[in-house]
Amino acid sequence: MSSTHDILVIDDEPVVLQGIERICRGEGLAVDTATGGMAGLKQLERHAYRLILCDIMMEDLNGFGFLAEFRRRGNRTPVVLASGYSTGENAIRSLQCGAFDYIAKPFTADELIAVIRRALNYNSLLEENPEALTAKVPHVANFHSLGRVSWAASKPEGTVLIGVDDLFIKTMNGLRSVELAPVGTNLVQGTSCATMTSTDGLAHSIMCPVSGQILQAHGEAATNISAIETDPFGGGWLYRILPSDLEYSFRCLTSPSDPSDRRQVQQKEEIS
Amino acid sequence: MIRKTVGRKLTTAVGLTVVLIVSTFAYVNIRSHEDSLLAEVERHAIQVSQTVKSSTEYDMLLNEPSRIHEIIKRLGEEDSIERIRIMNKAGKITYSSDVSEIGKTVNSKAESCSRCHEVDPPLERLEMRARTRVFRRPNDSSRALGVITPIYNKPSCWTADCHAHPKSRTVLGVFDVVMPLAAVDADLRVGRIEIVVFAASAVLALSLITAFFVRRWVSVPVKQLVAATQRVAGGDFTAAIDETRRDELGLLARSFNHMTRKISEARLQLVQSDKLASLGRLAAGVAHEINNPLTGVLTYSSMMLKRARTPDEQEDLKIIVRETIRCRDIVKSLLDFARQTVPTKRESDINEAILRASSVVERQLSLSRIVITKDLQPNLPRPVMDANQMEQVFMNLLVNAADAIGPEGGTIALRSSAVSLSPVGVVQIKQAVCPKRHNLIDGEMRFEGKPSIRIKARCEGQEGFIHIDPMYGSAAHRHGFASDDQKRVQFVCPECSTSLVSEGRTCPQCGSPVLAFEAPPHGVLETCTRKKCGWQRCADIDAAGNREFIEIQVRDTGCGISAEEMLKIYEPFYSTKGAKGTGLGLSVVWGIIDSHNGSIKVESLVGKGTTFTIRIPVKP
Repeated sequence: MSSTHDILVIDDEPVVLQGIERICRGEGLAVDTATGGMAGLKQLERHAYRLILCDIMMEDLNGFGFLAEFRRRGNRTPVVLASGYSTGENAIRSLQCGAFDYIAKPFTADELIAVIRRALNYNSLLEENPEALTAKVPHVANFHSLGRVSWAASKPEGTVLIGVDDLFIKTMNGLRSVELAPVGTNLVQGTSCATMTSTDGLAHSIMCPVSGQILQAHGEAATNISAIETDPFGGGWLYRILPSDLEYSFRCLTSPSDPSDRRQVQQKEEIS
Repeated sequence: MIRKTVGRKLTTAVGLTVVLIVSTFAYVNIRSHEDSLLAEVERHAIQVSQTVKSSTEYDMLLNEPSRIHEIIKRLGEEDSIERIRIMNKAGKITYSSDVSEIGKTVNSKAESCSRCHEVDPPLERLEMRARTRVFRRPNDSSRALGVITPIYNKPSCWTADCHAHPKSRTVLGVFDVVMPLAAVDADLRVGRIEIVVFAASAVLALSLITAFFVRRWVSVPVKQLVAATQRVAGGDFTAAIDETRRDELGLLARSFNHMTRKISEARLQLVQSDKLASLGRLAAGVAHEINNPLTGVLTYSSMMLKRARTPDEQEDLKIIVRETIRCRDIVKSLLDFARQTVPTKRESDINEAILRASSVVERQLSLSRIVITKDLQPNLPRPVMDANQMEQVFMNLLVNAADAIGPEGGTIALRSSAVSLSPVGVVQIKQAVCPKRHNLIDGEMRFEGKPSIRIKARCEGQEGFIHIDPMYGSAAHRHGFASDDQKRVQFVCPECSTSLVSEGRTCPQCGSPVLAFEAPPHGVLETCTRKKCGWQRCADIDAAGNREFIEIQVRDTGCGISAEEMLKIYEPFYSTKGAKGTGLGLSVVWGIIDSHNGSIKVESLVGKGTTFTIRIPVKP
């Protein structure tokens, strides 16, 4: 490994590679490209990167395979997976496999930049102090996380509270505003449920951890964003929903009470 | 070759039976006619014999053969008598109407003698019936009837002066009267022809009548049925048979039409799901193939938009970005639409959900001196449900019941049973559309939490709405429009003002106009327009018959719910528990039961307790 480059983009579609490259160069970032999973892994032997952006559907080695191999090599660099087959399942699976985030194709320059900025911020935090990244989540059985993006907690009466992970807020360049969906909306796990705008004007979309219907949107938190910033796992919750299939939704999430166990079991299932 | 149709077989069977009966009847009839005619001739012949015998007896005693000859000759000239003769014991013809045979001797084996001379010694007494004989005359083979009357020896015979007969003889001779049967036979021939003609026409007429009715009642409907079956087999599911008949074939036609409708619906669903599956595969391919080039367009255009300096450029690029995002949304909605949702509901044991829920709260409740009793019917049918959600329902109801009972303690009774209910008041109409497919369901006006069906009523410039109770046959409709004359009011779709009144149909109970609109998936729903009538009919729901449900009751001895609270209990965030509760428990229960197409009912007496009754359909 020699000098650290900024970003490695892996995609088998040249136009996508070029597009991403242009956007990143516009942001002053150095970009390397690879036209497949195997080529990407080869590239990683030559250079280290601060961020890897990888397509899921590739012929030789798909995004999940690439990510598994990358993590197996003990590399903690954030990986953002992208796919044109933009379903909630792909998004959830990406985070389950240890991706930093997932971005659905096609995306605008700003959407891409928003994800890249957060991932690079995360990488910086990782390099500064890896311990600081440990989530300070409530260690209770009914609390479940979707990667480091969002969380869900079931309540005794059958509703589920959902909110955003503290790391998501931390990696944004300061939270400016929150936009919530109206009551009654049917949320689908793995799709966007709320948008947070950072002080640099970029919109970050939050992936919904549990499918269900919104019973209550936490308007107070949305207007007074300090609750979300200071207590994202408590008073800063975003929605109360009536889950449509909680057991299934929770099976795709990780519980902080048994993090290593669950994650390993799920990853094995996914790969097989 | 003639096809063996049911009609032909039936007609043939009936025809053969008719032939058998009528020919037996004709045969018996002819026989009895012949018998009676012969008996008549026979009686006449015997009479003649007796007359000849008595009229010649005196002359015989006086030994006056010429007078006897004369009498016999005269009698023999009668048309009805062919021949009269007297023979003595030895067979010698002593007198005869046929003069030529007088003096000849008849062989004892001849037809007129054989009766008595068959045996040796010859019979002396002969039964009346046996004295007659019918024979064919050798000359023209026409039939004739002969009667033999023996002349028995009497004291006057052997004491007569002529001493012709000794006393020892028993039979002195016989009278033989022969009557021609030509007239009788002619009569019989005519009668026979008449009967045969009658029999033939009866057979023909009965067969024709049978054929007519068999054709009308059996062949034609069966032919229709066969034709319709072949059309259905050929894939034409519009084939329908006339169902107006009131017999079994009418019933068969109705069943057939119902079956065809159901098959066509099922086929449509199958085709639909097949289409969806192919659409899913197509969408996955399209999404992947199109999203990559779209990524190129969107990344470049959005990047250029960020750098654009002049307002014109910005405007143009905004359009490109906006439209590309539109493409993205189209592809996304295609994917969402085609995406196979994971089935969350499966066949489960509802008692298990009840037991799991109660075991969670039981320990805590026993501390508050609350006893849970369970009366769960074993081996209940397994409804298709989300077992976790159902457990949540019972948990919430148990927690509510416990809160209602309070610290004094009490009882919560859980009961489950299978019930079979008529669709009236049980089936919920969840979809309703006007002929132009506008949605008629109104979520604002609800009946016990269930969205109503909204219809606009118009009459002479006035307008109002009618809200139809979504529970089939419940008839708690709310009329926001009153008119004296129901027939002048127009009932229309609130969106497009298309009339929803069924042309030519009137309510069978009150004669008012009838509303008709489609209520998928049940077909057409008819509702009487008159406020107080409440008549409602849906052929498909009625045809489906009783519905199977699992009924679960949660009964507590708590504080009860007042009438005004009752209206709000399912509203989210309505709570009587103050800071203790979220006010979401019952709205969660309601949402879960609703998503299972079930129903929930509450009965309560303040101070006595509350009963929640939940019904979950066994088939979704």
